[in-house]
Amino acid sequence: MSDLLKSLQEAILTIDEETALKVTQELLDSGMEPEEILESGMTEALLELGRRWNCGEAFLPEVVAAAGIFERCSAIVEPALMAKADRKVSDKAIIATVKGDLHDLGKNIVGAMMKTVGLEVHDLGKNVPTEKIIEAVKELQPKLIGLSALLTTTMPEQENVIKALEEAGLRSAVKVMVGGAPVTQEWADRIGADGYAPNAPEAVRVALELTQVAA
Amino acid sequence: MNDPRPARQTDQEGQEPRPLALVVCGALMREVQKVASSQGWSVDLFGVPARHHTQPPQILEAVVSMLDRIQRQYEKVVVVYGDCGTAGALDRLLEKRGVSRIPGPHCYEMYAGARYLTITQDCAGTYFVTDHLVRNWEATVLADTDPKWRDSYTATMFAGFERMVYLQQEPNDALERKALQIAESVGLPLEVQPTGLGALEERLVEVVEGTRRTQSQLP
Ligand code: B12
Repeated sequence: MSDLLKSLQEAILTIDEETALKVTQELLDSGMEPEEILESGMTEALLELGRRWNCGEAFLPEVVAAAGIFERCSAIVEPALMAKADRKVSDKAIIATVKGDLHDLGKNIVGAMMKTVGLEVHDLGKNVPTEKIIEAVKELQPKLIGLSALLTTTMPEQENVIKALEEAGLRSAVKVMVGGAPVTQEWADRIGADGYAPNAPEAVRVALELTQVAA
Repeated sequence: MNDPRPARQTDQEGQEPRPLALVVCGALMREVQKVASSQGWSVDLFGVPARHHTQPPQILEAVVSMLDRIQRQYEKVVVVYGDCGTAGALDRLLEKRGVSRIPGPHCYEMYAGARYLTITQDCAGTYFVTDHLVRNWEATVLADTDPKWRDSYTATMFAGFERMVYLQQEPNDALERKALQIAESVGLPLEVQPTGLGALEERLVEVVEGTRRTQSQLP
């Protein structure tokens, strides 16, 4: 791995935004492929921080700050990615945290990473009522909806969205992917979701799989 | 904190199994102690660190390791925890070990009791604090954040929230003043709702005494 890529990881891990932004630009200027900057530099750093957070070696404020830096670094590589992406930018996806739930850190990371693979992500925000999701599906006609829930008390809203899609006759037009810390594959199967992922890189993989199936 | 010596011990050490142990989330310890005293139970209390809340899988590990250490010494063990984001995993585990838990998704619902649904349906953007959370705000919610990140951290965390509801277990002017400062620091209006021990007491008494099992309206 190049020294510069290592210093990008280091800057994200130590929450040094100024250096992270500067090094991202330098890497791009040096001719490195934007995918490599994104995957081997930025995403790796965020994954490492996630690992540290899971085993109690990092605190949430660091994850929050690093996720913000990730988004701003993404904004630098995005134009280069888009310029070369063979992927149709027309693959639209909606993401939202369900009604009653104001947890959005994970959903934001998922959204930011989905954008980096060329999906046109429409983030409806958090505490989003089912009706608003249905309206957005009618208006934007996305291929995919990503629903996040962090509370066991709001997980049933994911199922409510699926039911509402069925009632509106929209279920076959759109794939539904669910996630959030308490959500499992078993829950996803039980409520009839098309996909589930436990973390953001997996979410991107599943999103691509589902949008390709829907293509 | 994971010390398996009980926080409060009413029986002498002996060969016979003792009647009752409560494995208690650290965030509920004071309140559970109060219930135990007022009920006159012969009980030993074992605390599990409240910091595991940020990582629900760690709650499972900590509760299991506590049960491994103490369960054989007691006739009955009750776990005083909410589901706490374990999405049923805590209950599945306890069922296998023949241990009961008091019902409820988390302690805010336990304190607010029947009011919980109304409060959250009236305003989903409600952030709850309890006596424990107010007392331990810096170490828990702020996670001892470096002051240079604190403002941007709290701004990210509390964006979209509309109010802070203080579910107050015990009247305490100093804590109320601190709650007000906390609310101001995250830019939310504060509403104080005295709850006492709320449904926590009722549910605990019912599980310990094996009477009718109280149901929470929520899993
Ligand atoms: C941070 C946090 C908060 C922050 C949220 C800030 C924000 N803007 O998001 C604050 C402090 C505001 C908060 C508030 C509350 N919280 Co909170 N919170 C957490 C905590 C500690 C971490 C969540 C988090 O951000 N993790 C980091 C991110 C990066 O991970 P993630 O969200 O899991 O996302 C990853 C994956 O799940 C996945 N993913 C996420 N979304 C999606 C979507 C799709 C489609 C896919 C495929 C994948 C995917 O990819 C992500 C990236 O890898 C959790 C505990 C936990 N570990 O889950 C409790 C937790 C979820 N909260 C809890 C509670 C109780 C609350 C409150 C009620 C507390 C209160 N005092 O009022 C309120 C709820 C308010 C509301 N109406 O929503 C409980 C829930 C208990 C339960 N029974 O469900 C938990 C489990 C803590 C606990 N053990 O008690 N909370």
